[in-house]
Amino acid sequence: MVRIGAFFVGLFFAGWLLISFLFGAYSYVTEPPAKTVEHEFHLAPKHVSFSFDGPFGRYDRQQLQRGFQVFKEVCSACHSLKFVAFRDLEGIGYNEAEVKAIAKQWALKTPDVDPATGEMSTRDPVPSDYFPKPFANNVAAAAANNNAIPPDLSLMTKARHHGSAYIYSLLTGYTDQAGYKNAKGQELLKEFPDAKTPDALHFNPYFANLNLAMAPPLAADDQVAYADGTKATVDQMAQDVAAFLTWTAEPKLENRRTAGLATIVFLLIATGLAYMSYQNIWADKKKAA
Amino acid sequence: MAIVEHTDGPGPSGGEEVRRRDFINIAAVSFAGVGAAVVALPLIDQMNPSADVLALASTEVDLSAIQPGQAIKTTFRSQPLFVRHLTDKEIAEADKVDPSTLRDPQTLEQRTVDGKKQWLITMGVCTHLGCVPLGAGEGEVRGEYGGYFCPCHGSSYDTAARIRKGPAPKNLEVPKFSFTSDTAILVG
Amino acid sequence: MSFPWAEQYKPQHPVMQWMDEKLPLPRLVYNAIGAGYPVPRNLNYFWNFGVLAGVALVIQIITGVIMAMHYGANTLVAFGTVEQTMRDVNAGWLMRYAHANGASFFFIVVYLHIFRGLYFGSYKAPREMVWLLGLVIFLLMMATAFMGYVLPWGQMSYWGAKVITGLFGAIPVVGEPIQTWLLGGFAPGNASLNRFFSLHFLLPFVIAGVIILHIWALHIPGSSNPTGVEVKGPQDTVPFHPYYTAKDGFGLGVFLICFSVLLFFAPNFLGHPDNYIEANPLSTPAHIVPEWYFWPFYAILRAFTVDFFFVPAKLLGVLAMFASILLLFFLPWLDTSPVRSGTYRPVFRKYFWILILDVLILGYCGGAPAEEPYVMISQVAAAYYFAHFLIILPLISRFEKPLPLPNSITDAVLAKYAKADGEPAAVPAE
Repeated sequence: MVRIGAFFVGLFFAGWLLISFLFGAYSYVTEPPAKTVEHEFHLAPKHVSFSFDGPFGRYDRQQLQRGFQVFKEVCSACHSLKFVAFRDLEGIGYNEAEVKAIAKQWALKTPDVDPATGEMSTRDPVPSDYFPKPFANNVAAAAANNNAIPPDLSLMTKARHHGSAYIYSLLTGYTDQAGYKNAKGQELLKEFPDAKTPDALHFNPYFANLNLAMAPPLAADDQVAYADGTKATVDQMAQDVAAFLTWTAEPKLENRRTAGLATIVFLLIATGLAYMSYQNIWADKKKAA
Repeated sequence: MAIVEHTDGPGPSGGEEVRRRDFINIAAVSFAGVGAAVVALPLIDQMNPSADVLALASTEVDLSAIQPGQAIKTTFRSQPLFVRHLTDKEIAEADKVDPSTLRDPQTLEQRTVDGKKQWLITMGVCTHLGCVPLGAGEGEVRGEYGGYFCPCHGSSYDTAARIRKGPAPKNLEVPKFSFTSDTAILVG
Repeated sequence: MSFPWAEQYKPQHPVMQWMDEKLPLPRLVYNAIGAGYPVPRNLNYFWNFGVLAGVALVIQIITGVIMAMHYGANTLVAFGTVEQTMRDVNAGWLMRYAHANGASFFFIVVYLHIFRGLYFGSYKAPREMVWLLGLVIFLLMMATAFMGYVLPWGQMSYWGAKVITGLFGAIPVVGEPIQTWLLGGFAPGNASLNRFFSLHFLLPFVIAGVIILHIWALHIPGSSNPTGVEVKGPQDTVPFHPYYTAKDGFGLGVFLICFSVLLFFAPNFLGHPDNYIEANPLSTPAHIVPEWYFWPFYAILRAFTVDFFFVPAKLLGVLAMFASILLLFFLPWLDTSPVRSGTYRPVFRKYFWILILDVLILGYCGGAPAEEPYVMISQVAAAYYFAHFLIILPLISRFEKPLPLPNSITDAVLAKYAKADGEPAAVPAE
C-alpha cells in the first residue's frame, strides 16, 4: 500500500517537474532571456594585494593610519562609522593621548544633553564615544545627498564579495560612460542605448547597477597630505582607505589568526596522539587470527 | 584514565611494550584534558566586562557649582558617587578626631588631595552591604556624626566619610581621581 | 536491551557502589557508551559521525548560551549587539564565529551521518525507530537553524524570515492568517524576533532529548555495521569503550582540525555578505538565498514554475519541498530488500551514487540565482530525487539480485585482514 501510494506521488512530482522543464526549455529556446546591461558590463573587483592577504597576513599599521586619514578627510563628511569608537583607534597604533586628541578635534560633534538646561546639544567626542554620524537620520541623509543615503562604512568590506578589493576598485573605477567598452569589445551605449547614466549619477562598472550616486571622492593626487611622506596618489589613497575599512569591519583579524595557528598546531599533535592511541588499543583486534 | 585499565595485560612482547602503550594512551588523554582546560579560558573570560563597558569607567565632574556645605550625587561605573564641598567647620570636626580610635584609621588628608582638603570624593556605597547612604542630597539625614547615614542597618559616617558607628567595617571608599583643573575632577 | 555477553558494571570503589544503589547513572553511561555496550568490530570511519554530531550539538549549545548573554532580541539593537559581541566582548568574535560555523559543521556531520544510513541500509528493520527519530532531529535542526539565522537581523535574516514564512502563505484559505500568526505581524518585526529567539533557545534542548531517544532506540537492536549482517556472537563485537571511544577520539581530532581551519581562517566563507547589512524592510537584496544546508530543498521549492490546473505552482513547490523530507519517513517501507548494506547491492549502489550527485546538483542550483539554466537543471534533478525514493528504490528492491553475503562479521573482518596482510598474518602495532 505504501509503495503503491509512493509510486503515484513520485510519478506526479517527477512527471510535473519534467513537464515544467519542457515548458521552460521551450520558452528558453523560443524567447531566450534578454541580456541585461549589468550582466554584460558589470566588472568583478580588480586584483590588488594587501598586507593582510592570505592566512597569515597582518595589518600594516602605517597603512591603516593613512587610510584613517583618508576616511577622516574625505569619507567622513557623508559616511558614518557607527560600530567603531575612537578608543578602537588604539588598534591601529595610536596611543591613548593621541586617541584623546583625535576625538577632541573631530569635526563632527557628539550629540548629548546639555547638563545645565536639558536641551539637546553637542559636545566634543571622548575616546569612549563612537564616531559621530554626519546626518541625524536617514531622512536628513537622503535630503542632503540627492535622495541617496550614504551607507555606514563600518562593515562595508564584509558586506560585499571581496570587500577590500571592491572598495579599492570602486574608488578607482569611475570612468567615462561614452565610448566605454567591455572585455568583449562591445560598446555599452551602442548595445544598450537606454542605459545612459542619469545626470545626477556617476558611471562606475564596479558598482552593482553601474550607476552610483557618489561623485568620485578621490579626484586628484595629493588630496590628502600623508604625514609619513607616502606619495598620495589616487591609487595609494584608495588602497589605504580600503585597508582601513577592512580593519573597521574585522578588527580582531590578527587575534583570530594567531589563535587559529596555535589551535591547529595543538590539534595536529593531539590528533596524532589520538591516532597512535587508537592504533594501539586496536592492535590485537586487527590481526588476522 | 580509564583507558589505561583496558589495555591488554602483559602480552607476548612483555612488560616494556605495555608501558609504552600505556604512555601513549595517558599522553593522548592528558593532551585532550589540557586542550579542554585552555578552551575553558575564553568561555570564562567572556563574562568579564567588555571593552565598551571598561571604556566608560571614568567620569568627569564639574565642581564649580557646588557651594561649601553642599554635596552632589553623580555616577561612576554605574554606582553612586558622592562629591562634597566641606565647610571649614566640617574640616575642623574631621581633623579633631584621633585616627587611632577609629575602626578604619585614616585622616582627612589621606582621603583627599593635597591642598584641596575641602573636596571629599567618595563612593556612595555603604561598606556594610552596599546600600546608598543618605546625606548627599539636600535635606537628607546626615546621621549623628554629620557625614552620611545608611538607613538600611544604621551605619553612621563622619564628615570625612569614615565609619563611626553601626555595622559597616570600612570607611566609604575613595575612588582614584585627579583634578583636571581647579574646578573639575576626573574619576577613574 | 543488550547482548548477553556484554560486560557488567561492577563498581569497585565504595562511593561508586553507594552511588550505584542510589542513582545508577554511572551504570547507565557504562551501558550506553562505555564498556557495557558491545558494538560490531567492523565499523568504518563513517560510523564516527553520530558521536561527532553530538559534539557539534554541545558546541552549539555552549557557544549559543554565551551568545545569548550578549544578545538583545529587539529589532532596534539586535544587529548592534551582535557587532558589539564581535568587537568588545572578550573572545566574543570567537564565540560568534564558532556558533555560526558550528551550525554549518553540525549539518555537514549530520548529512554524512544520514548518507551513511542510506548507503548501509541502517534504516531497515529492526532499526526503523532509530531512523524515524533521526529524521525528527533533522527537522528540529532545520527549524532551529532557520530561526537562529534570523537573530542577527541582517538583510538575509529579515528577507529569509519573510520568504520562509511566506511559504505558509501559499496554503489556500488559511495560509495568510498562518503567516501573520507565525510572524506576530504583517512583516517580520519585534514580535517575530522575540519568538524566534525564545524558540531558538528552546529547540536545541528538545533536540538533546530526542537524541537520548535516538540512542535508546539504537541500543535495543544494537549498532548496524558495514556488512549489514547482524551480530551472531561475542566474537563479532568489541566493547564500545575503549575501542570506539579511541576511534571517536581520533575522529574528533580530525573534525576539530577541519572546523578550526574554517573558523579561524575563513569564518565568513559559508556566510553571505548581505547579512552584514542591517535589515532594511524597504530594500530586498538582489539575490536571496538561504544558508547552504538548505540549498537542495530551496532548489526543489523553486523548481515548480507551472501551475497544475487549479493548484498554483507556488503551492506545488511548497508541497514538494516538505514532501522531499517527509518521504524519508517512509523509507524503511519503500526499500524492501532484505540485504541492508549497499556493498552487496550492485544496482542499489549505482543509483545511490546518482542520488548523491543529484543532491549536489540540487544544492548548487539552490544557491545560484533564480535564472536559466539553473531552474531547468533543478527541475530535472528534483524529478530524479522524487523518482529515486518513490519509484526506483521500491523497484530495485524487488528485482535486484544481491551479491553473496559473508556468513558473519568476523568472517568478513578476517577475510579483509588476510587479504591486506598478503603472506604473513602479522600487523605492526603502531
